[in-house]
Order: sequence, then C-alpha cells, then structure tokens
Amino acid sequence: MRLVILDDYDLASEWAAKYIRNRIIQFKPSADRYFTLGLPTGSTPYGCYQKLIEFYRSGDISFKYVKTFNMDEYVGLPRAHPESYHSYMWNNFFKHIDIDPANAHILDGNAEDLETECQAYEQKIAEAGGIELFVGGIGPDGHIAFNEPGSSLVSRTRVKTLAKDTIVANARFFGNDLNKVPTMALTVGVGTVMDAKEVMILITGAHKAFALYKAIEEGVNHMWTVSAFQQHPRTIFVCDEDATLELRVKTVKYFKGPSSTDDAE
Amino acid sequence: MPSNKSVSDAAITQFINCRILRDHRLHRDDLWVREGKVLDPEKLFFDEKGYADKRVDCEGSIIAPGFIDVQINGGYGIDFSQASDDVSSGVSFVAKKILQHGVTSFCPTLVTSPPAVYHKVLPQIKVSDGGEHGAGVLGFHLEGPFISVEKKGAHPEQFLRTFQSGGIKDLMEAYGGLDNIAMVTLAPELGGSQSVVKELCQRGITVSLGHSVANLSQAEEAVHHGASFITHLFNAMLPFHHRDPGIVGLLTSDQIPAGRTVYYGMIADGIHTNPAALRIAHRAHPSGLVLVTDAITAMGLPPGRHTLGQQVIEIQGLHAYVAGTKTLCGSIATMDMCVRHFKHASGCSVEEALEAASLHPAKLLGVSHRKGTLDYGSDADLVLLDDALNVEATFISGQEVWRKGP
Repeated sequence: MRLVILDDYDLASEWAAKYIRNRIIQFKPSADRYFTLGLPTGSTPYGCYQKLIEFYRSGDISFKYVKTFNMDEYVGLPRAHPESYHSYMWNNFFKHIDIDPANAHILDGNAEDLETECQAYEQKIAEAGGIELFVGGIGPDGHIAFNEPGSSLVSRTRVKTLAKDTIVANARFFGNDLNKVPTMALTVGVGTVMDAKEVMILITGAHKAFALYKAIEEGVNHMWTVSAFQQHPRTIFVCDEDATLELRVKTVKYFKGPSSTDDAE
Repeated sequence: MPSNKSVSDAAITQFINCRILRDHRLHRDDLWVREGKVLDPEKLFFDEKGYADKRVDCEGSIIAPGFIDVQINGGYGIDFSQASDDVSSGVSFVAKKILQHGVTSFCPTLVTSPPAVYHKVLPQIKVSDGGEHGAGVLGFHLEGPFISVEKKGAHPEQFLRTFQSGGIKDLMEAYGGLDNIAMVTLAPELGGSQSVVKELCQRGITVSLGHSVANLSQAEEAVHHGASFITHLFNAMLPFHHRDPGIVGLLTSDQIPAGRTVYYGMIADGIHTNPAALRIAHRAHPSGLVLVTDAITAMGLPPGRHTLGQQVIEIQGLHAYVAGTKTLCGSIATMDMCVRHFKHASGCSVEEALEAASLHPAKLLGVSHRKGTLDYGSDADLVLLDDALNVEATFISGQEVWRKGP
C-alpha cells in the first residue's frame, strides 16, 4: 500500500482531490472511454469534494466523460430527505459540476425489490467496464461502505443491517435521535471494491486512528473490513496526522520518508 | 448538452451566479425554471436525468419573488376609478409600466365611486396572468364605499354608503357583482357590516378594515369573522390611544384566532407615515407588514405640473401636492422605492424588506402556493436586484419582461 500522511484535514483533502484530478486527466476520457469513479459520502470526503469543485470551476477538469458509482444509500429513507446520500451527493458535488446525470449512479434505497436493485448495480458497474478508482472512507469500526464487522471479505452489493456503532455515529445527522436513523442500507460489497483497478481510502481525525491501526498494522480480518485492501495491488491510504495516532512510530516514519512516496506500491 | 427529459420537453432555464430568497434567507444557489414554474433541480437530476438548456448569468444579483402591490389606484396618468369604455387599456398600460418597479402582480384599486362607475368598470377587467404585456391582475381592491364619513380622506362623501338591506345585497347593488374581486375595504363599525365580512370571506374575498372609526373590539370582531387586512395602517383611522388602541391595536391583539395572521398595509414612502411610526408597527408585528404603494394617477409622471381629470397636481420629488398648495393628494412612490425606504427606515434585513413586498401580500391574498415565493412549483415571477435593491430585471413565468437599460 501507499500511506500518504498530510499535516491536517485540509491538506489531506487537497492531496486526494489532486490525485483524482490527475488520474482523470492522465486517463484522457472521451465519449468512447469513460473514467469510472467510485465515490463515498460523509464528513471525511467533504473537503475533497470542495476541492474538486474548485478544480472544475477553474477549468482544470471536466466530469463530462466521468461515470460515478456511489458506495451506498440508506434503505427506506425518502430520496428527498436531507440526510439521504442522494441529497448529499447533489448538494455537495453533482449540482456544482458538469457531470451528465445519466452517468451518476447511486443505489436506490426505495426500490421495489432491493435484491434486484443490488444485482442491477453490479451489472451497471460491469457494463461500464469496471471501476478505475474507488474512493472510500473508513468507519470508526473499520468498515468500508456499510460492510459492517463480520461482512464477508468477498461480498458483493447487497442489503445490510447497520451495526449499533454505525447508527450511533450517524445519529448526529438525525437530531441525535437514535430512533430516526435508518437501520438498513444498500452497499457495495468488499469484493465489489476489491475489483476496482485502484482504491483510495481517506481517513482523517483522531477518532478514526484506532480503525486505521487495525486496518493496516494488524491482519486481514472481517471484523475490520478495510483490512481486506491489504490484498489489493493498488491501494492508497490518505490521512492526516491525527489519524496516525495509534500507529507505530516506525510505520509512520517509513511512509513519511522520502523514497516511499515514489514507490508505486 | 441536449435535454433528456421524460416528464416534459419544455426548455429548462438555470439562473446562475445569483443569491436567491428561500426559507427567509438569501442563499448562494442556482434557480431553475421550466414551463413558467420554479423547478426542483435535484428531482430533475435523479428522476429525469435532465439538465439546463439555457443558463442566465445573474452576475451576483439577488433574485427575489416578484413584488405584489395590493393597493394601487393608477399611475402614469391613468386613474382606475375613472369610468371609461376602455378600462382595460388603462389597466394594461399601468400593468406594463410597473414591471420596471419589480411588480409582477397587482390589485387595481378603486376608491369610493357611484354604482354606475363600478357597474361599468368591474366587468371589464378579469383576473389574468402577467407576461410580456405586463404584471398579472389578481383582482380588484375595492376601497369603499362602505366606509366611515369621518375618515373618508380623499373619498367623495356623496358616494359613501351604509348597509341597508343587510348582507351581500348591498354589495351587489353597489358593485354589480363580486367576480374578479380580490379585496374589499370597509369600516366594521357600520351596522350590519359583521355579517358582510363573514359572507365575503366565505366567498374567498379578502376583507380589509380601513377608513374607519372602529374601536379595538369592533375590529377584533371583524377579524373573528374573517377580516385579515388593515388598509394603510395609521391613515384614515383613529389614532392609537393607550386605553383604546383602535384598529392599530390589532397588531398586538390577543383575540386573533389561532393560526391566523392580521396583515397591515404600509405606505413606506417616508411621507404618509413617519419613519418612527413605521418602526413601531414593524417591531410590534413584523410578519404582518405588507408594503403597498397606494399610488395615484400621478405616479410615474415627471416633476412639474400635470392636469389629471378635474385636478391640477404638482410633483416635487416624492411629494404630489394639489397645485399651488402644500396639501398632499396621494402617493407617487413606486414599489421598489418603498422596499428601499422600508429597509432603510426600519433597519430590517434585506430578506425582510423583500418578503414585505412579496411573501406577505401573497399570504394575505391566499395565493402563496404559487406567488410570492421561490419554492419549487411556484410561478417563476422574479425580480433581479442589486445590493442596494434597485431593480435590474423582471421576469414573469420565467420570461424576461423588463431589463434596465445601460
């Protein structure tokens, strides 16, 4: 893996946004060859989205030939609800850029048949030629997307019941009322993300430090599903200083050292 | 990019680089319009996978809902109360002119007149949508003739009336009909008026109290029966008294039925109401304040002398005097002037000033589901303003109907 450590949240967001921008530009997407991007939601990637919008506004990048696939969406929450992931993506990203709405894919948590919806999503990813770069975050319990502790590390897109930790963590978006937080979600599987050509995980803040430690310094374990990416050929973890607080000094020094930032892997 | 819409093939316009008035605040956000109505862009994106066909760059302007003037007697030489065979061309002329003041809907107002005038004028004007031809007509505002002799103001005494037969019959006799009427101003102390208030409200006509010597109880009774407006607060009514506040007391009355608001018209031209009085009213009941022009025939005419009907009027700045005297003969401030003056005199926020000319009159007339807001589904009647609240452009149903010249 690559572990990129920036001083603070803003610098980490900027680094990640620049990486995405550069990958898209280098790919030279066109009408025959779209760049497929997997996207997360939450407070961690917010700064990254802000930076990408800046790059779009200054003309550095266009999303005209980019297809996006979000990781997850709540089940049963009305799409227009301010806390739905559709609302998040519209307000924080899609409405500010030039992406074709037909190319912005998000799981439909209100679909008639949730299983069919999940299978269709996997199909859409396959039809798009697979994901070039999947951007994700990490939960305090080490989950990627809504692949809660105990999720199969070869899982595909499916319905998941949310863990108590996740519901508590999300309560702040629902007026701190645990009863208002959705209990189920549709999510891409660990296996779905592992299929991407490249994976970039954003981790910022001291409250994520223990999860990062479990994900990269301990073994591959379905209790900390982000650890699965130890077995992916191209993974980058982008974090701020605070997120490294539970790591060994040796690990941090190695990845902060000059030569390691040039390593491909 | 070509549109890809499953719901409609109509063109979609996106107003960019603007601040829009929504949820009582100015937000830096785009405004989307399709088929004359404000569109929900998130639904467009996810449900229809659609996007804008045309973008209008507002260069940082404010977009507010178009202004609504519920009391305007004429302007530019036109007097709505004048019986003529072609009332509609006069109303249309004014309707077109007031677009430059940001007004997109209005209530042509008739002062106390003989039945012959009402019978001739009323049938000629219908409630109608605005457009390139001018602001929309929401219905007449009939100010009188069922008003108080003592508070007639400039209304002709010989045409004042009381309720004789009781109920709607008197109104039908006077007016000839109740179609296309948005509002009636009457004095609630007149005998038999309370049942009239009730019947008018039941027919969906807004009842306003004005030109009256009613005390607070009589006013409250009228509100109980459905009255919801006060015509030009302070003017043509008993002055506020601390032991009998009169109609003015409605602003802080505890007898208003739950869930209802009493609105009050304010002529904020700096002349008809002392700014200190304006502030007292505003601070007592900010959500009820409705800006009105109560503009007369001379509004819009250049400074100097003008002969209007039987009168010679002299315009000096914002004052219109009976020529050769210092007697005021009506307001000539335009709606945008009133908005600016109100903001300046009251120290209120930009949002409050704009809502006093849009949201509040819309709620008063019961049309706020389609006018007076920029909510999704509302009619796209818009006014573009600079930071000083000068009108830059006016739109009706999403079409530009006026733009300031260079």
